[in-house]
This record gives sequence, C-alpha cells and structure tokens, in this order.
Amino acid sequence: MSAVIATRALVKRFGRLRAVDGIDLDVRAGDVYGFLGANGSGKTTTVRMLLGLVLPTSGEVELLGERMPRAGRRVLPRVGALIESPAHYGHLSGAENLKLLDAAGPGGSWRTRGRRVAEVLEQVGLGGVGRRPVTAYSLGMRQRLGLAGALLRRPDLLVLDEPTNGLDPQGIAEIRELLLELHRGGTTVFLSSHLLAEVEQLCSRVGVLDRGRLVLQDDLATLTAPTGATVVRTPEPDRVRALLDARVIAVDGDRLVVRGPDPAAVNALLVGAGIPVTALALDRPSLEEVVLAAAATSADRVEAVR
Amino acid sequence: MILVELRKLFRRPRTWATVAVLNALPVLVAVLLVLTDLAPRPGEGPPFLSAVLSNGALYPLAALAIVLPLFLPIAVAVVAGDAVAGEAQAGTLRYLLARPAGRTRLLVAKLVAVLAFVLLAVVVVAAVGYVVGISLFDAQPVAGTTSVSGTSLSSGEIAGRTAMAIGYVGVSMLGVAAFALFFSTLTDSPLGATMGALAVLVASSLLFTLDAASPIAPYLPTRYWLAFVDLFRDPILWRDLTRGLALQGVYVGVLLAAAWANFTTKDITS
Repeated sequence: MSAVIATRALVKRFGRLRAVDGIDLDVRAGDVYGFLGANGSGKTTTVRMLLGLVLPTSGEVELLGERMPRAGRRVLPRVGALIESPAHYGHLSGAENLKLLDAAGPGGSWRTRGRRVAEVLEQVGLGGVGRRPVTAYSLGMRQRLGLAGALLRRPDLLVLDEPTNGLDPQGIAEIRELLLELHRGGTTVFLSSHLLAEVEQLCSRVGVLDRGRLVLQDDLATLTAPTGATVVRTPEPDRVRALLDARVIAVDGDRLVVRGPDPAAVNALLVGAGIPVTALALDRPSLEEVVLAAAATSADRVEAVR
Repeated sequence: MILVELRKLFRRPRTWATVAVLNALPVLVAVLLVLTDLAPRPGEGPPFLSAVLSNGALYPLAALAIVLPLFLPIAVAVVAGDAVAGEAQAGTLRYLLARPAGRTRLLVAKLVAVLAFVLLAVVVVAAVGYVVGISLFDAQPVAGTTSVSGTSLSSGEIAGRTAMAIGYVGVSMLGVAAFALFFSTLTDSPLGATMGALAVLVASSLLFTLDAASPIAPYLPTRYWLAFVDLFRDPILWRDLTRGLALQGVYVGVLLAAAWANFTTKDITS
C-alpha cells in the first residue's frame, strides 16, 4: 500500500516551544485516518505543515508521494482541505466564493467550473442557497460551504480539521455519510479532531498526538481488539465472585469483568451454577480508554515549572 | 490569479466607496470656490487652485494637489494594507495558499491589483476634476493657458503634461502602496499595516519641515511628491521629477523585495 501522507521526524519549534516534536505519520491510500489530540497538542500545526502553510523546523513531509512544500504546486490541487474554521468573502455568494477559490490555483479548468460548483453545492446540501451573500449564512452553512470548497476538484486526499464543528446532529450524520461515500469512491480521508466519538464512528486508523509527540498510531480494530475477558451483568455479583474467584478481574456494582475470551463458555458456567445473567459481552477497550491511557493530561493545562 | 484579485478588488463595495470619498473633497472645494469667488492668492493654498477660476481645465491638477497630501495616501494605504493582512484576518489566506495560489504569485497579483487601484483612483480624481472644472469654471481663454513660469501653453501641451502629472502622482502613490504592502505581509491586522504606512508618511512630512533633518531630506519618501508642479514650468524642470521617480523606484524595489522575502518564508498561522 502506498503512503498518502508520510512524515519523518517532523519538528516545529516556535521559540522555545516544541509544538510538534518528531512525529512520523503514516497514512495509506484508502485510510480514513483519525488524528486525535487534545487542544494545543499540535494537531493544527501538523495539518498546516502537511499543506505547506507552516514550514517545518526539521524533518520531512511527503504528500501523495512528493516532497512538501517543494512540490506543492503539483500536489495540492489533488488535496482538498478544511483548515480550522471555514473562511469566505462575506459580501459574495457561496457559488462566487467557490469560483474565485477555484480560479486562484492550478488544476481547475474554467470550462467545467460552473458545473463543478453547482454539483458540489448540491452534494453538501447547499443546492438551493442561491445568490445570498455568505454573511447571511449560519455557522453550519458556512461549514458546509467550506467542505464544498475542499471537494471542488474531486481530490485524492481530504484533509479535514474539525469538519463537523457548528453542525447540528442531523448535519453531523449527513456529513459523516458524505465522507463515507467519498471514501468508498477511493478518497483517502485525514480527519483531525478532538471528538473521540466522531473518530470512532468514521475512522479505520488512528493516530494520537500528545504535547507534540505521536504516542499512538495503529488500526482502530487493533486498538479496540477484545482483551480476552468477558463482561457480565448480574443481580448477584457476590455469587459470581464465590464461584469464579481468581478469574474475576473487576467488580463495579452489578458489572463484572471475568477472564475468559468466550462469553458463551462463561455464560454456561454461570447458568450451570444457577446464577442469573442479564447481559453478556466481549470486553473491548473503548477508544476513549485507549487514548486516555496513551496521552497524559490536557495540553491546555499549564503547570508551574519548579 | 491576477484576474481573480482584480475581480475581488472591484467587486468589493468598499473600493468604490473609497473612490467616491476621495472625490468628495475636490468637488466641495470647487463648489465653495464658485459660490464665494474667493480663490487663494497665487503661491498660497494647494498648487493650481489660484488659477482655476480663470481656467477650469486646470482643475484636474488642483484636485490632485488637494487630495495628494492626505486623502490619496490614506486610500492607497487602506487598500494596500488590506492586501495580505486582510486575507489573513478573514482566514481566507490559508485557503488561498493551500489551493495552492503560490506565495509569489499571490503577492504579484496583490501588487497588480493595488497598482490598478492607484491608477483608478488618480485617473478618476483627475477626470472628475476635469468635469467639475469645465462645468463650474470659465472655459479656457483663447490666448492659451499661462504656465507657472508665465509663458503660454497650448491646450495640447496642457493635456500632455496633465497626463504626465497623473503618471507621476501614480508613481508617488506606488511608494505608499509598497510600504503598506510590506507591512501587510508582517502583520495579520490590516489596520496595523495601513497605520504603519501612514505613520511613515506623517514622519516623513514632519521631518521635511525640520531644518535639523535636512541631511536626510532628499531621501524622505514624500520629498518630491509635489514636484509634478514642475511639469507646468516652461521649459519643464526635470531635476526634481527624475529624482522623485528614482527615489520612489528605490523604495518600491527594496520594499517589495522585503515583502517577498518575508511572505515566502513566513509561517501562515492565521
């Protein structure tokens, strides 16, 4: 599988602060990559380095197989980006904004421009917005327009920073569906977010950034693989304890974690002893547990140096 | 890219509002002059204003002289200061560069758009001045116009020299634009960039009146601004004009090089 985004020992220093501290990203074609991290952990700086907006202090960035920022003129037309919040010219209409953006760089023919703009507006659910100036858009509409700008040239890679920001629950579900549809069409998606639930629902691979370091990078399925234990719910936890004793790993009210990779076997054992079982499941760590285990405190906290 | 920038500039209501405001003062002055018939005596007030009552064809020059010290530089500094910093403040700069517009190409396009605005502003002020002049004041006397030196100029000569004056004022404003554009690449605040450029001009005008500053006077950016008056001497006094052009050329060259060096190596964090 070819690397769509590859960074090697990427470092960005702002004065004495190492905002990004030697990260090696590896995003492959066909991934939906979730780039997680607390606020201030260096996500946005990394995204900006990928796109050639911020120049690395040291290290390399490769995008679609070519070195950035040198090859930006060839590579970036194949990349769609939503960087932090969307931004538009408020006195112009959404369509006019997209046309100007398309005309501002290479790789977007003016012959197909009108058609592509109309298509992409339709795709993000702004087909009927007409000539209204962007000033009159709601936050959710601006977010959709920003996404439309990213999709304008049918990119091979989408780099999205908090794409569901400002959307209502229906809007979030709609955008998720759109992203999955694009992914099925062959687009690689790089999704930077601090919303664990969003990443858990969408992504196939996850990278976790903590204070400028990449502390975790793996397939979501591997990270949340069964731990070899079974979760049991029962109104009589004490009897389970008495029966299985050392195999009980944890008790929390009526919820017990029992060693044993096969829930059916655990169930048979308990039912055989006449213990009622109300719920039974494989024990999997949630993404939240994985991330919290890997990353330390919130990067917003500024501790006093002693 | 250049077309995109021109379209953005001229589709913006603010551009036209600025041009309209720019013309308000010369028109007001013309109306007051007609109503009161009180022209400043020769040698006082803005250049050419004393002569317009007898010849309205000179009013374009009077209009340029009226807006030159303050209004025109402010308008140019506002537009040029907004060029990069305005995009940064609105957040559109990161999208333009990720498009990718190319940093050098974007800067060149911004420069061309600013240049177009400077030309537009100067030409509109002159054109409105001409219309106001010939409709409010007496038409040109048959004997021909008197030059600043006292000899007569034909209307053909007047037209040619007025065109040259427009060009000269345009080049002077290009210096202002270069300052504002350079500051615009330094900050994310368009107001800061505009104010920076105006501060330079105010400082320059102030130092110019100070005898103690005379050693540096020839290098002040506003030093030769009013030299376009020399185009209406007979023969034309080229000394200050060429010096003015050379000085603005150096300022524009150095500042644009600095703007380019800064912008192409800058981290875009806006």
